[in-house]
Amino acid sequence: MTFVDLALLAGPAIMMIGLVGHLLIGDLLRRIIALNVASGGVMLVLLAVAAREDVPDPVPQALVLTGIVIMAAVTGVALALARRVDAVSDESEDR
Amino acid sequence: MRYPALLPALVLLPLLLSAMVALVPRGPRRLAGAAASSITGVLGSAVVLALMIDGGSWEFALAGWEAPLGITLQADGTSTAFLALMTVVGVAVTVYAAAEPRLAGGPDFWPLWLVLWAGLNGVVVAGDLFNIYVMLELVTLAAVALVALGGRSAAAPALRYLFVGVVGSLLFLLAVALVYAETGTLDLLQVTAALEPGPVLTAIVALTLLGMGAKMALFPLHAWLPVAHPAAPAAVSAVLSALVIKAGVIVLWRIWFGLADDATAVRALGVVAGIAGAVAVFWGGAMALRSSRLKQIIAYSTVAQVGYFAIVLTLADGSAAGWSGGVVLVLAHGLAKAAMFLAAGTLAVAYGTDRLSHLHGAITHTPMTVAALGIAGISLAGLPPTFGFVAKWQLLMAAIEQGAWWWIGVLLLGGLLTFGYTAAMVRATFNRPGDDEVPAPHRVRSVLAVVPFTLAIASVVFGVFSAGLVDLVAEDPTVRGHG
Repeated sequence: MTFVDLALLAGPAIMMIGLVGHLLIGDLLRRIIALNVASGGVMLVLLAVAAREDVPDPVPQALVLTGIVIMAAVTGVALALARRVDAVSDESEDR
Repeated sequence: MRYPALLPALVLLPLLLSAMVALVPRGPRRLAGAAASSITGVLGSAVVLALMIDGGSWEFALAGWEAPLGITLQADGTSTAFLALMTVVGVAVTVYAAAEPRLAGGPDFWPLWLVLWAGLNGVVVAGDLFNIYVMLELVTLAAVALVALGGRSAAAPALRYLFVGVVGSLLFLLAVALVYAETGTLDLLQVTAALEPGPVLTAIVALTLLGMGAKMALFPLHAWLPVAHPAAPAAVSAVLSALVIKAGVIVLWRIWFGLADDATAVRALGVVAGIAGAVAVFWGGAMALRSSRLKQIIAYSTVAQVGYFAIVLTLADGSAAGWSGGVVLVLAHGLAKAAMFLAAGTLAVAYGTDRLSHLHGAITHTPMTVAALGIAGISLAGLPPTFGFVAKWQLLMAAIEQGAWWWIGVLLLGGLLTFGYTAAMVRATFNRPGDDEVPAPHRVRSVLAVVPFTLAIASVVFGVFSAGLVDLVAEDPTVRGHG
């Protein structure tokens, strides 16, 4: 088994671990991190696809770069919303 | 008239305008936002008109770089129909939001709305899979931020919506990675030609169905929708239900009808999608009948209507009537649902609540708004001569063509349920017996009643003059790819 084969198998597995974690965990911060783990799995698949030939294919690598930027933006929005959700629930507890 | 160079402007112009509007101070931002949205609307109408007169399909390679290296944009008959819907609903929502900032979530609405509009246009004209993914993410981020404008209580629904949207996108991105691994290209037309049947193709179609199913709230992945759509300001709810859902629908349809083959596993997926759609029609309709607030009824109605979009996957299988029926259904649903949510927003401002129990007498005080609700509901239920009827008729023809009589039962019962909850909404606005002093509502600007009423009337007018549209869509190359 080559390194590329390993990455092609590990990518979907990591994605599944992230998604299952995301769906089963209640804590918002941990759910956001699980989502990032899942996206890491997808990126690994794309990188493995790029590394199949001796000369790396630049197209999937460009896709991974764009994907990372998008996930960073999503994580930022998710964290901002999670803070607001926590602030609202803290208020209702104080009452 | 062929101006393919206008296609990138559909995405880039609203993005540029959004950045400019965001820099305008909060006071005059409503004016700037309305002006920028109007420019986007004018551009959209120009492109739609030119595409309709030309009658063909446009292609444009950005900066002259052809696929597979460059980014290509393309517009066919289906794109034209979706662009037309986005332009009509977009302009209506712009007028509505400019008239009443409270129903749009304040000045922050405008830059986000322009980003959303750019993303929606982008999903429709994107010619390659990766740009479809990027545009879907743009739509999700903007839509989530717009939901969060609904106030402090909207934060939790918005976050839930973001989670579902991103999970859907990741599943789709994995499908995109598989496509590239198999074919070495991302251009949709080249992929359709190059992808060999096999387990990878099945996996691609399954991942897309699951991912887009989550994004368009297909039963049983719908639970976020009845929470997120009512939490948003009324103008935003209208856009979410009429347009944002459709971004997931068009991507699913393009992949499905472009790639799906006759393999047993793919056929089984089609059956699963059809069953999920049928359950959605009944579940959404039943939950809408049980709800006691206007916005919640309309949101559950969207869950039911999304079921039809999944049923189209099986009905349009090699059937031109099924395909054009599906596209017309998307347009009819978009017009009707936008009219309903905007009318519900107007009633909520007038009466301070959208609870059915507080709306009695509304038919006397705000007859035009109630009429918009009723007419839109009749179009959704598929009664003649409305747009919804044209769509349901085409789908019925497709079901008869294929001898698949059970879909006829689903279509008719679904229509009955739609009629039921529409009647419940209109019924709640009647004066109660012996109720001489009906509660007087707050005064609202008449434009808030005119906009939903115009959309509702449009769903009747387009129904009467829909033959040309059905032809435009039926000639679409997307259907041939599957034949």
